[in-house]
Amino acid sequence: MNAFSFNPVAGILLIPISASALLALFPNYRLTARLNLSASFLTLASAVSLFFIDRPMPSEYLLVDDLNIVFIVLNTFVGFTTSVFSASYIAHELETGRLTPAYLRFYHAMYQLLMFGMNLALMSNNIGLMWVAIELSTLTTVLMVGIYRTHEALEAAWKYFILGSVGVALALFGTILVYMAARPIVGEGVDAMVWTVLIESVSAFDPALLNVAFVFLLLGYGTKVGLAPLHAWLPDAHAEGPTPISAVLSGLLLNVALYAVLRFKILLAANPEAIAPGPLMVTMGLTSVVFAAFMLYRRRDIKRMFAYSSIEHMGIISFAFGMGGPLANFAGLLHMVMHSLTKSAIFFTVGHISQVKGTQKIADIGGLTETHPWLGWSLVVGVVAIAGLPPLGIFMSEFLVVSSTFAREPLLAIPLVFGLLVAFGALLLRLNGLAFGEPRGSVAPTQASYAPMLAHLALVLAAGIYLPPPLVAWFQHIAGLLG
Amino acid sequence: MPSLSFDIAHLLAGGLVLLSFVLLYQDRLYALLNTFALHALVLALSVAWQAYVQEAPHLYVTAAIALVFKAIVIPVALHRIIRRLGIHREIETVVGVGPTMLAGIGLVALSMVVMLRVTAGADPLAREDLAFALSVVLLGLLVMVTRRNAVSQVIGFMSLENGLVFAATGAKGMPLVVEISVAFSILIAFIVIGVFLFRIRERFDTVDIHALDRFRGERQ
Repeated sequence: MNAFSFNPVAGILLIPISASALLALFPNYRLTARLNLSASFLTLASAVSLFFIDRPMPSEYLLVDDLNIVFIVLNTFVGFTTSVFSASYIAHELETGRLTPAYLRFYHAMYQLLMFGMNLALMSNNIGLMWVAIELSTLTTVLMVGIYRTHEALEAAWKYFILGSVGVALALFGTILVYMAARPIVGEGVDAMVWTVLIESVSAFDPALLNVAFVFLLLGYGTKVGLAPLHAWLPDAHAEGPTPISAVLSGLLLNVALYAVLRFKILLAANPEAIAPGPLMVTMGLTSVVFAAFMLYRRRDIKRMFAYSSIEHMGIISFAFGMGGPLANFAGLLHMVMHSLTKSAIFFTVGHISQVKGTQKIADIGGLTETHPWLGWSLVVGVVAIAGLPPLGIFMSEFLVVSSTFAREPLLAIPLVFGLLVAFGALLLRLNGLAFGEPRGSVAPTQASYAPMLAHLALVLAAGIYLPPPLVAWFQHIAGLLG
Repeated sequence: MPSLSFDIAHLLAGGLVLLSFVLLYQDRLYALLNTFALHALVLALSVAWQAYVQEAPHLYVTAAIALVFKAIVIPVALHRIIRRLGIHREIETVVGVGPTMLAGIGLVALSMVVMLRVTAGADPLAREDLAFALSVVLLGLLVMVTRRNAVSQVIGFMSLENGLVFAATGAKGMPLVVEISVAFSILIAFIVIGVFLFRIRERFDTVDIHALDRFRGERQ
C-alpha cells in the first residue's frame, strides 16, 4: 500500500453505481438533485485525481492509459456540469407537471447508472466487458428518452431501442470474431479478450478474420456513434427526451461509442496484413457530414436541428481519425473535446429556451437576445462556435482537419469543406430567426442556471485563443498512440 | 466419436438456420411465436451439446437460460400480451414471401462465402458454427426489416440474438458467455415489457404523411 489508499478507478466506478442505488431510494427531489450533483462532482474529482496519483496497473478487466484518460475526464466533467443544469431543468419540469416525483427518482437513478455504464466502457480493458457496459448505457438512455410518455417520446425510445439493439448485436458478433482471431495465438480464456494482451500479439492474428470483425464492430458501434446510414435513431432520441439527456447523449455517449471504434482501429492498425481501417471511417464520416449538412436546412424542431449537427460533427471526428497521422488525430481529438463542450452548452441553452417558450418549434421562437439576453447570447455564441467560426475552439480543430486533409488528400477535402459550408449556412440561417428580430413566444423571465453553459463556452473560447503547451504536448502524445 | 459429435453439432446448427427460414414466411403471430419457441429450444440443445463436447460446464447455464427464458417464459408472456392488447393476428409484411425467401437464401450464401473463406485456419466445427451463426443473425435482421408489427420485430431480434449466443458458445473457451447471455436476456425482457407497457400494437410507421410530420415535430 502506498501513501494514497484512495483508488481513483474504484471511485470513478463505485460512486455512480452506489449513488444510483441511493437515488432510487430517496423520494425528495431537492435532496436527490443535490445528491446527484455531489455524486457527479465526486466522480469528477476522482477522475481528475488520475493525473496526480500513479495509475493502477492494467488488470484483466480495467485499464487506465493515456488514451482513455482524456475520455474519462471529459465524460465526468460534462457529467458534472449536466447535473448542475439538470437540477434547475428538472425543477421546472416538476412545476409544469411534465414529470412526477416518482419519475424523477427513476430519472436520477438512471442518470447515475448511465454515468457508471459510460465510465465502465471507457475504462474496460476487456472487449467483452466493454460491450456489456455500452449495452448498459444504451438501455438506460432508452429508458430516459421515453420518460415523458408522450406518443412521440415512446416512438423515439422504441426506434432507438430497436436500432441500438441491432447495433450492439452486430458489435457483439465482431467481438466474438476478434476472440476467434486471438484464440490460436493467445490461448483460450479471459486473456484472449484483454485489450492490452491483444495489442501485444495482434500482429500474428489471422488478418482476414480481423477484417470481418472490424466491419461488424464499425457497423455496430457506428450505429451508436450515429454515423450516416445508421443514424436514424439519433434525431428522435435527442428531440423527445429530457434536454439534460440530449446533452449527455450528444456530448458523451457518442464519444464512448467512438472510443470503442478507436480501440479496435488501433488493434487493426497494429496488424500489418489487415485492411487499413481508415478509409472505412473516412467514408462513413464524409457521408455523415454531407448528409447531415443538408438535413439541417429542413429542420423545424430546435433540438432535432442540433441533433443533426451532432451527426455532422461525429462525421468530422470519424473522418479525422480515419485519415490518421499525428496532425489529423490531434485535430480529431481536439474536435471531439470541443464538440462535447459546445454541444452540451447548446443543449443547456436550448433546454431553458424551450422551457420558457413552452415549445421546441423554431418558428415559435424568436428575438431571444432581446427578451432573454443571457440565453439568447449564449445561444449565439454556442451556434457560432458549432458552425466553426473563429475565434472559438471548433474553428481551430476544423481548420486543422481541413488543412491536414488538403495537404494529403486534396480530393477528399473538397466534399468535407462543402459539407462544412452547407452546415454553416443552415445554422446561421436558423440562428438569425431564433436570436434576433421580432420576439416571438412567451417572454416570461426564467430561473435558468447559467453557470454550466458559460463555463463550457468559456473553455471553448479559451481553447480557441490559446491552448496551453502541456495540453498540446499531451494531445500530441495521444495522437501518436492512435497511429 | 469425434465425427459423431461433429455431426450432431452440425445437425443442430443446420436446424437453427432452417427454423430461421421458417420464421421468414410465417404470416400468423401465434405461428411465429411457436416457431420461435422451437428456435430457442434447438439453440438450448445445441448449446448443451457444445457444453458437453467442450467439457465446459458453465455453458449449461447458458443452455438453461435459453430453454427456460426464451423457449418458455418469453413465448408465454408474448402470447398473453397479444391476447391482452388485442393485437392483429396477421402479420403485415413489407415484401412478399417469395422475394423474402430469395433474399434469405442470398444472405445464407453470403455468410457461407464470407465466413468459410475467412476462417480457413480455424478448426472445422468452430468454422461452420460461425458461418451458421452469421446466417441466423442475418436472417434475424431480415425478419426485422420485412415486418411492420412490433411483436414480430421483437421476435426477429430474439432470433438474431440466438444466432449470437450460438456464435459465442461455438467460439471455444470464450469467457463471459454466460454473462453476455444474461445481459441479452435482460435486454429482451426490457423489450417485451416495453411492448406491454407502451402498448405498442403496431409499428408506428404509417403511410399518412400528416401523422409522420407530427411525430417528427416538423409540421409548421
